[in-house]
Amino acid sequence: MPDTLTRFGSNSGQPTTRRDGIAKVTGQATFAADNHPEGMLHAVYVPAGIARGRVAHLEVEAARAHPGVTHVITPGNRPDLPGDPDAKPTRFSFRIEVLQDDTVRYAGQPIALVLAETLEAATEGARLLAPRYEAEPPRTGLDDNAPFAVEEPGFGAPGDTVHGDPEAGHAAAATSIDATYDTPPQYHNAMESHAVVAQWDGDRLTLDTPSQALAMSCAAYAHLFGIEAADITLRSPYLGGGFGSKAIPNGPMVLAILAAREAGRPVKLSLTRRQMFGPVGHRGATRQRLRLGCDADGRLTVIDHETLAATSTFETFLESASNASQGLYASSAIRSAHQGVRLDVGTPGPMRAPGEASGSAALECAMDELAQAAGIDPLEFRLRNYAETEPGTGKPYSSKALRECYARGAEAFGWADRPARPGTMRSTDGKLVGWGMGTAFFPSPMFAAEARATLRADGSATLETGGADMGQGAWTALAQIAADGIGLPLDRVELRSGLSTLPDGGVAGGSGHTATAGGALHSAGGDVVRQLSELASGQPDSPLFGAGNATFEARGGRLQIAGDDGRGDAFADILARAGLSELTGSGSASRPDADSRDYAMNSHGAVFAEVAVDPDLGQIRVRRLVGAFAAGRIVNPRLAESQLMGGMIWGLSFALHEAAVHDPRSGRILNADLAEYRVPVNADVQGLEVITVEEDDPHVNALGIKGVGEIGITGTVGAIANAVWHATGTRVRRFPIGLADLLAAE
Amino acid sequence: MSFQITLTLNGTAREIALDDTRVTLLDLLRERLEMPGTKKGCDRGQCGACTVLVDGRRINSCLTLAATLDGAEVTTIEGLARGDALHPVQQAFIDNDGLQCGYCTPGQIMSAVGLIAEGTAGDDPERIREGMSGNICRCAAYHGITLAVRQAARQMDNDPKGDAA
Ligand code: FES
Ligand code: FES
Repeated sequence: MPDTLTRFGSNSGQPTTRRDGIAKVTGQATFAADNHPEGMLHAVYVPAGIARGRVAHLEVEAARAHPGVTHVITPGNRPDLPGDPDAKPTRFSFRIEVLQDDTVRYAGQPIALVLAETLEAATEGARLLAPRYEAEPPRTGLDDNAPFAVEEPGFGAPGDTVHGDPEAGHAAAATSIDATYDTPPQYHNAMESHAVVAQWDGDRLTLDTPSQALAMSCAAYAHLFGIEAADITLRSPYLGGGFGSKAIPNGPMVLAILAAREAGRPVKLSLTRRQMFGPVGHRGATRQRLRLGCDADGRLTVIDHETLAATSTFETFLESASNASQGLYASSAIRSAHQGVRLDVGTPGPMRAPGEASGSAALECAMDELAQAAGIDPLEFRLRNYAETEPGTGKPYSSKALRECYARGAEAFGWADRPARPGTMRSTDGKLVGWGMGTAFFPSPMFAAEARATLRADGSATLETGGADMGQGAWTALAQIAADGIGLPLDRVELRSGLSTLPDGGVAGGSGHTATAGGALHSAGGDVVRQLSELASGQPDSPLFGAGNATFEARGGRLQIAGDDGRGDAFADILARAGLSELTGSGSASRPDADSRDYAMNSHGAVFAEVAVDPDLGQIRVRRLVGAFAAGRIVNPRLAESQLMGGMIWGLSFALHEAAVHDPRSGRILNADLAEYRVPVNADVQGLEVITVEEDDPHVNALGIKGVGEIGITGTVGAIANAVWHATGTRVRRFPIGLADLLAAE
Repeated sequence: MSFQITLTLNGTAREIALDDTRVTLLDLLRERLEMPGTKKGCDRGQCGACTVLVDGRRINSCLTLAATLDGAEVTTIEGLARGDALHPVQQAFIDNDGLQCGYCTPGQIMSAVGLIAEGTAGDDPERIREGMSGNICRCAAYHGITLAVRQAARQMDNDPKGDAA
């Protein structure tokens, strides 16, 4: 423990309540669309009502004539956009649709934009445009177009990877399964829809818009509008959920900013819920074939995972689902491969655990099927195939307390009492009860971030980085880390974040934000402490005079010699002696290449589910969901539990609820609203339990943080699907699993 | 067409001039009265983000035309705390981490206040979950929300006049 204390200080690890809690429970927290600058116009765009073809006619005059309407922007009169919308100005970029021409590439694509003095007038103006189309047959299902080979599924993920000899693995198997799983298109549907309030002042641009990547977004906007990134002020203090959809600028935001420049007035655009199904990303559909084999002892001889995944006709990003089979289970051979299919849909994008969620769903079901075929308990089967080093590469794990997750989760759940045969458990009210489990697995990446720390004469400090709080608790967790870095109590530290003019806080994605932005803040604080040490050891009046070679420790606003509580000096006194009113430090964080070369770094977990199925109606309820997770250092247990539970409920949603359904004739999404695109409500959630298993990881990053934002989905989907099988004896291989699937199987 | 309605908004009588019959209570609050605490999640009665109290009952303000509210008493999230003293439901949401991004939170809290006043759920988690199911939370803070409503219900039951606030 002493080591851990030195590394982390005492603010981290505390279950502090949210620092933004009061603002959020009183309605004072300002989300993008809450802004209302003087003279603002409202923008509403027309979403394409077909999925493929062209816009033949718009009733522009009718829209223009509507009282209050000021501008109608169509491909015919769209103001010039200096930057190429097909270019890739940043590491994470997509081609966007900004009224380049009259082509329709997916339903919901913006085809015109109306500005008006009021929201009501803009909405009516957009309606009056009454588009007519020349439609071509849409392709929206995985079988509607020919597959193509994928070299890179998106953002650097590998396309095909082979370790060992899969054919030999198949041949050596004593027991095999060959199963195909379907996952549907899913839409992020953050409760706050995408929104922007854009204000131009000459070539200077101010944006209120939710962003998971402030600096990167500014770079993209700068490219598109032909201005300097430094001339953009992007304010994103709170995001009403992001889940991956708010990292990369999209067409509607760009159009609204362009319209504001044209109008010479501020413009607000806030997407309707229906418009959230199209131009702002989604999790693309997959079909995954898993062929698994094991020997007579239940040891995997092969994991062969092939994914067919949807992308749009004009951009390539697809669920790299097969990669979920790399890195988790020991097997003599592992092959993961991807093919894509181009459909008339909006471009898919990263959605909470992109690739991993879909891949884990299929892999964990397949593992269950093979365990059953081999006559081995599913948990025991996973333990027999426990990887001590990363399969294929042989790299050591930076840390891996998965075995303990299995043990603690199973214990809390009561897994030992599970009957092997399905369909044997009944509840007192006559429901079929089933138990299932799955392994949770998610990489622990880092991005790059910078931060600044300013210590003042009164012993308080301000720490700054352009980070993003989308609900994960950055305002709180980053402040805890910042306080530790500079050696102050939390209430002496002000955190400034969510603003693009601050040092680059990196990307809030990949579950890496706390480690990355937190690492930068911690190091900025450390820079101040280093300067304090230099000052103090040179001040004859300081108790630390001449101690320049000692190791210093900063805690509670005091600088001390490590291991010698008696010898120390207050920050305020050091500054006063030096005649300084403040002291500024800077810091940064990213992962050295050597670390990723030498270690496999992942979070792990085990999820156990109990479902009850109505034997007559097929209705499925999740009654208990227990997850045990090992994710390195937990900065704030209260918030981490909320993140993990949120992820598990996303897993529940994947397993039983959400799917976008396309009308095969029009290509439109039939259920593009929150009544019919089903996400869990409160009544769907009961019996949740989260256990966190401690890990002290010296390699993953300086703070030992792995991240908890996404792992909760993985493992959970499979656990629930496997529990449904265990309750009913019916194996459903299509998500979400519904009562129709169970009734059809009878 | 211009017309006028009278509202009691968070305890204050307001005369409101309107030039458009299409304005919903939600858009009136957000876009015309500079009270953006009430949130829009769907604009069609499917998510509960816009929940406010009208004459003490919880309603979806996105489905309510402002013009129909002449004489009504409207309470929004901005009108719940008394100065710096939070309403017990607000405090309970913080204590139990019944929020993540906070976007659904104003609606959840107003819905919880309405539910507790209805008196049908008490502190029974199953009934609270059912009674709160008109409010979607995509962050899925449901576990904390249920605990928060239970804590507040118990506290307000002991202290029905809300003096604890
Ligand atoms: S915004 Fe009113 S119910 Fe969704
Ligand atoms: S807290 Fe984010 S939607 Fe509920």
